[in-house]
Amino acid sequence: MSAPARAESLARLERLVAALRAKGLVSEEELAAMQARTDRASPEIGARMVARAWLDPTWRALLLQDGAAAAERMGVSMAGAPPLGVLENRPGLHHLVVCTLCSCYPRAVLGYPPGWYKSFEYRSRAVRDPRGVLAEWGTTLPAGTKVRVVDSTADYRWMVLPMRPEGTEGWSEDQLAALVTRDALVGVALPQVPARAAA
Amino acid sequence: MSADPAPDPTPRFAPGARVRVRDAWPERRRLPSGAPSCHIRTPHYLRGREGEVQAVLGAFANPEDLAFARPAPRRLLYHVLFAQPPIWQEGGEGDTLLVEIFEHWLEPAPESADASGKEAA
Amino acid sequence: MSDPAPTPAIHDMGGLSRFRCSAVERDEAPPDAFGKRVDALRQILAQKGLMTVDELRRGIEAIPEPEYFALTYYERWLTSITGLMLEKGVVTPEDLA
Repeated sequence: MSAPARAESLARLERLVAALRAKGLVSEEELAAMQARTDRASPEIGARMVARAWLDPTWRALLLQDGAAAAERMGVSMAGAPPLGVLENRPGLHHLVVCTLCSCYPRAVLGYPPGWYKSFEYRSRAVRDPRGVLAEWGTTLPAGTKVRVVDSTADYRWMVLPMRPEGTEGWSEDQLAALVTRDALVGVALPQVPARAAA
Repeated sequence: MSADPAPDPTPRFAPGARVRVRDAWPERRRLPSGAPSCHIRTPHYLRGREGEVQAVLGAFANPEDLAFARPAPRRLLYHVLFAQPPIWQEGGEGDTLLVEIFEHWLEPAPESADASGKEAA
Repeated sequence: MSDPAPTPAIHDMGGLSRFRCSAVERDEAPPDAFGKRVDALRQILAQKGLMTVDELRRGIEAIPEPEYFALTYYERWLTSITGLMLEKGVVTPEDLA
């Protein structure tokens, strides 16, 4: 999947960009600025939103009600971004996000989707065999937990709000945010407390 | 799109309503060139399946029109919950699928078969 | 196991038996320079009202199957974007020659 683009495609892209540049529709400066802006989004944003929700019930309520408004309040520009929905894991219910039709992903708060999220295997299997996919990640859900797969088909983008792990009482927002990986925000993994920190 | 002066339509279904996804396959019609004649956001595996409306997500310009640069009236979008096992018999009991579906792809679930009430969630 | 219904659209991949027994390859790499450039170009063209993300998807879905599976993710985007710019007359075949 992550094979490099062939030389012919690189040339095709440059011919298109050159044609658009010649017509004054695109400039190298615009391309560089857009790429820099896109590069700034990363899972650290989503992780901080989750850590704050674990600490502040008011923030948690806002996050669940309107994810985009919550992100804006944290200083993330959501201008032009699709609405952000937040899926609350709770005892007995675990969410897993996929886009079977393309690769819809909450890029404003998680950055570029990883290659596996866009892969044909993940797109086809996550809805049909979610427990098999979780097992490949080494993710074990507590006994009796139901899996809810969210197929991101339309205008929303979806992020998981995982449950706060045990053994983190008294932790700061920074410490908690460090536990929340991109995979936990998609739902293929759970936040883990490192053995040493828990001891 | 944002300039659309029409007010948002009134939802036909409320949260808790039992609905069925239309068993329609418009993508089977191709253009003479062989290219698809339509663009739809309702996954194939839900056609004809029954679920329960969990939320009304709002009104959005119809992607089926946007994809062809046609004027795109706003359509209501729902979050619909489906039991997973009837679709593939591979999930665990009680596993579910939650999917965004536009109103024009939904119809009321037939009364007879499954009017017993609440979805197991 | 067969699929519950025939799947006429190539991109509509939920539950396809074709991939049922393939593990998800844990490709974590961010897009390369080519991918990021295509990504930025798409956003700029959308911002300027020259295309929508829905049109991008329609163009990707129109890629014939052998090519669809042979191209990388952002190569499919480039194919769709180029097709749209030609279709709308924003650029001409001669511009791209």
